[in-house]
Amino acid sequence: MPVTVEVPTEKWAGKVIEVKLGATKEEGGSRAGTVTVGGETTLPFLTFEGGIPNQPVVAAEVWDVEPADWSPVLLEAWGNAVKDPVVWAQQAAALGAKLIALKLRSTDPDGQNASPAEAAATVKRVLAAVDLPLLVYGPGQAEKDNDVLVAVAEASAGERLALGLCEQSNYRTIVAACLGNGHVAIGRAPIDVNMQKQLNILMSDMGLPLDRILMDPTTGGLGYGIEYTYSVMERLRFGALQGDRMTQLPLINTVGEEAWRQKEAKAAEGVPEAWGDLAKRGLSWEMLTATSMLEAGSDIVVLRHPNSIGIINGVIAKLMGR
Amino acid sequence: MGLSGLEIYKQLPKTNCKECGMPTCLAFAMKLAAKQAELSACPYVSDAAKQALDAASAPPIRLVTVGVGDQKLEVGNETVMFRHDKTFYHAPGIFARVKDNQADAAAAAKTIADYKVERVGLQMAAAGVAVENASGDAATFAAAVQDVAQACDGALILLSKDPAAMAAALPAVADRKPLIYAADAENWQAMVELAKKHSCPLAVREAGSLSALASLAEQVTKAGVADIVLDPGARSAAANLAAFTQLRRLALRKNLRLVGYPLIGFPGEAAASAEEETAFAGQQVMKYGGFIVLDHFDPASIYALLTLRLNIYTDPQKPIQVKPEIYAFGEVDQNSPVLVTTNFSITYFSVAGEVEASGVPTYLIVSDAEGLSVLTAWAAGKFDAEKIAKTVKACGIADKVSHRYIVLPGYVSTLSGEVEEELPGWKALVGPREAVDISPYLRRTWPTIVGKR
Ligand code: SF4
Repeated sequence: MPVTVEVPTEKWAGKVIEVKLGATKEEGGSRAGTVTVGGETTLPFLTFEGGIPNQPVVAAEVWDVEPADWSPVLLEAWGNAVKDPVVWAQQAAALGAKLIALKLRSTDPDGQNASPAEAAATVKRVLAAVDLPLLVYGPGQAEKDNDVLVAVAEASAGERLALGLCEQSNYRTIVAACLGNGHVAIGRAPIDVNMQKQLNILMSDMGLPLDRILMDPTTGGLGYGIEYTYSVMERLRFGALQGDRMTQLPLINTVGEEAWRQKEAKAAEGVPEAWGDLAKRGLSWEMLTATSMLEAGSDIVVLRHPNSIGIINGVIAKLMGR
Repeated sequence: MGLSGLEIYKQLPKTNCKECGMPTCLAFAMKLAAKQAELSACPYVSDAAKQALDAASAPPIRLVTVGVGDQKLEVGNETVMFRHDKTFYHAPGIFARVKDNQADAAAAAKTIADYKVERVGLQMAAAGVAVENASGDAATFAAAVQDVAQACDGALILLSKDPAAMAAALPAVADRKPLIYAADAENWQAMVELAKKHSCPLAVREAGSLSALASLAEQVTKAGVADIVLDPGARSAAANLAAFTQLRRLALRKNLRLVGYPLIGFPGEAAASAEEETAFAGQQVMKYGGFIVLDHFDPASIYALLTLRLNIYTDPQKPIQVKPEIYAFGEVDQNSPVLVTTNFSITYFSVAGEVEASGVPTYLIVSDAEGLSVLTAWAAGKFDAEKIAKTVKACGIADKVSHRYIVLPGYVSTLSGEVEEELPGWKALVGPREAVDISPYLRRTWPTIVGKR
């Protein structure tokens, strides 16, 4: 007797909020096109029972100074591009990145300590050189982040940049700068569903609409706590589909940063033979970190290796059934 | 899933005779549901009811064993869709494929089966080798399978749709309990006979639909094979994810026994490159793969894949922790540096690894942070000055070193003032943020600090 199996499907009441990045000329910016993320009404890549109107996208991480402490694998792969953020961003765009994640590390008070005005000028130069939407990060030190991001927000008003990072201890200035200049804010919480929701509440209470917030759940690298991020993201996305408003924002993961700072992606010598070739190992580390985050609901994966951009674009397309 | 008390009650005699020691059949049913009683305590339960209840108490996804002895791989017995709902229990076996007409099949198999790598004190390895009957010839297949089996002691999967080739290969390796892949709509009767004759688990492949797959699995079960592995035949990453998800749901949520078996996937068959294969294999590690057969075997990607598997199959309720106490590396003396970190296993092992690599004799104080990493613990208030001070005082480091410097992780530099307040006489130094920078710190920065004393 042939058995008839009914394919079990799940219908969700909730939907991830769509967040648009970048603005065209008509919209008050200068981008050739915009990138919208979010909008899912199903779990990651389960298109047989719900919609994924906007597939996840790859952002390429670009610094405004040569990253001295990066893995030799990355520095070799990018070559001279890392000496100039404009060239670097252009190459990343040519490789298929949909977004540029520009880190203004030149402003690090313990480093070059470049001024907010200089950093804002760098952002303008990159905006002029590539027509993709930009994510812009400060140096990662609260006070300087605020000074730098305010200057950037004002100088590039209307471009609908995504500015980060907002954290529970430091979000007001950045959120205000986004509010006043038409940008999107990135909020990071430390791998915790409730703290992420709390941060979303704080940010939106200042008047920033939810369709201008991205959630960064803090990414654990492969082998360094990735499973915590993975499960927190699955729970956040679950909440979103069940209709919990404060979990319905798109997710962004700093995959490259976390994957490539680990010993596994840096060390060529003094490691077991079973670790294999360093260049391949580093790439595997970034790719699997990216795949895991995508599988858990990521909408934007920020990558470092030039080859990862194309590979993960291909993986996303195939997971989308294209 | 187990049955509810009411579902069990329906199967009982409902006479309330009390012989089971309970006042009513319903009370007994509740005890059974809570697994606090045995069905045999009721002398009046019918055989039919016994069978129904036994079947219902079997795990929704059967535990299937491939291989024997040390190389035994057990897959199945999963109970949840998401690891945060409880945990995933039996990690998928990673296999690599060799072909029977490949000149170096035995050598390739040995490389695969011998691969071992250690992480956080755990041995990780590939499960074994899948030998494919690519030649289409039975004798070639049998010879290659025998060569491979002799060259390596890993678990085996035999890939052939030809029952004659399978029959030729099996006798020499049946005692290794290989997985026979696969029974399909055409050959299933012959494959079932082989599986029964040699007592080996059997994969069932049917790409038409889940209904067709379930029907075929039912026929195979009825013909007498209990240890089954399913291949829904989907090869593209999207279709595979859909099929694996649906089969897991049918088994767990619909309690559909016909598909309550581990799943096998071949991520390389839909991949455009070795890199894509690794990504799709990663997807199957996360989403319900039981046996994952690779076409590329490169230590650099296998190591990453095995690490992902380790992470995903870690019990979320039990983060791996190390004991909060003082650890000594090398020939420590009263001048040795003193570092502090948290008791999250990964944090500990990465710090310990770097300290060891530096060659500088060092004390490492592990502070109880409920098994969280430095940044997470700090953010959650589990790694603060008070906790650090408490550990420092309790571990007796003050008697072991003559200096009074304690090196904090760079990420919690803001704690140095408070730590000094909590530990009068001690100076809190800010160490590197990343474990990778510990070695240069110990070798270059530390001597300049103690030198200045
Ligand atoms: S022994 Fe059986 S029939 Fe008698 S009360 Fe217990 S469950 Fe009911």
